[in-house]
Amino acid sequence: MLAKRIIPCLDVTHGRVVKGVSFVELRDAGDPVEIARRYDEQGADELTFLDITASSDDRGIIFRIIEQVASQVFIPLTVGGGVREVGDVRNLLNAGADKVSINTSAVVNPQLVADAASRYGSQCIVVAIDAKQVSPGNWEVFTHGGRKATGLDVVEWAKKMQLLGAGEILLTSMDRDGQKNGFDLALTRRVTDALEIPVIASGGVGNLQHLADGVTQGGADAVLAASIFHFGEYTVQQAKQFMAAKGIEVRL
Amino acid sequence: MTMVDVAIVDYGMGNLRSVEQALRHVAPTASIVVTDDATVIEQAGRVVFPGQGAMPDCMRELDARGLRSAVIHASRSKPFLGICIGLQMLFQHSAEGDVPGLGVLQGEVLRFAANMQDVAGQKLKVPHMGWNQVRRIEQSASGQGDAPLVPAPLEGGRLGRGVHPLWDGIEQDARFYYVHSYYVKPENAGLIQATSDYPEPFVCAVAQENLFAVQFHPEKSQAAGLKLLQNFVHWNP
Repeated sequence: MLAKRIIPCLDVTHGRVVKGVSFVELRDAGDPVEIARRYDEQGADELTFLDITASSDDRGIIFRIIEQVASQVFIPLTVGGGVREVGDVRNLLNAGADKVSINTSAVVNPQLVADAASRYGSQCIVVAIDAKQVSPGNWEVFTHGGRKATGLDVVEWAKKMQLLGAGEILLTSMDRDGQKNGFDLALTRRVTDALEIPVIASGGVGNLQHLADGVTQGGADAVLAASIFHFGEYTVQQAKQFMAAKGIEVRL
Repeated sequence: MTMVDVAIVDYGMGNLRSVEQALRHVAPTASIVVTDDATVIEQAGRVVFPGQGAMPDCMRELDARGLRSAVIHASRSKPFLGICIGLQMLFQHSAEGDVPGLGVLQGEVLRFAANMQDVAGQKLKVPHMGWNQVRRIEQSASGQGDAPLVPAPLEGGRLGRGVHPLWDGIEQDARFYYVHSYYVKPENAGLIQATSDYPEPFVCAVAQENLFAVQFHPEKSQAAGLKLLQNFVHWNP
């Protein structure tokens, strides 16, 4: 049976892993290469790196980090942040990324998703969606690190991205991100039911039950979390054992 | 020209860096090159044939670089490892884009059905992405023709008689990382080395003499994947 994936997320800025609350108030969590190695040893199924400043000064730093991690860690690596053109996708893949996550640029230029998928294959194109609830049962896509409303409906947008060639959707609830009160399960369920491609649930994990709920109630194919792993509350292995005990198929 | 130990065939599709890094990790002293030079492929000790993206594009790019005959020749003459689309391209025909493959192996490449569900009624997504269990098949003494599609599990996960040397040191039902929407269906069940379930069993590894090919990504499958690559670089069929 295919296992549900647990994906630690490393938000990187100025060469350090940080974690914020609802996209602000950053707290330092350590060296990305060292953290990546630790999660690999704990049995992480994939790793996601988000270059959260993605300014031009910082671009070189993320490439060096990915190169170092890729030479030591042999599980899938996703990198996102600041991907604006097909050349950015190529450069990240060449540095050792297996998948590239596209967020704001997919909204600005949806053709980028189509072009990147046709050039490098859908398997390496993840579209990240930052979602905010705007009314009961309705979520809107936000961009620019959650600062800019787009007027796009999350479910319709996700379907469009699937059609254009996205291989996977990384779905983050902005309302829940950093709040540690669990995923937005209604949002997750709505999106995963509407799509044929896998959905990674993100935003709001505060304990291991939240991870299990993302799969069993949200219907997510993978669950992503940051702070519960970074600050030593739980190891990835503990998370997997908890999920296995709940009857969820995981790679132990 | 210095002869290389392992040539990774580069036909311009996708990222070969991961395959290269993983091979360097298991064979630090070997000469490993990523190449689109047919002569290098012909002279290499062993060949890895990876692939990502859509099969029609992969076939077109392979031909655009004039690598078809070098790959076919290598697949019949030296230790050869196909990975993902590199497995699928070895077959006669793919439903992806309705294109012919290299025809080294008899059989076809099919797409996973839409609207598949697991036993709990949850939707199974396509692509099949993530870590799935790989069930090895024990070959008969003849090695041909009579292996069942759904093999009996081996006792205690130990290496049984007739298990292919590339599985050496890898546990039965070990998990490997997959990302694909199509799978191969060989005509000759005797080629099948392993299956995975999604939800029905599909073929995830085949072998024929000097050739071994897998649907999963050993280069991204942590310890089990590295072990398989290490077995490959030491394999003397």
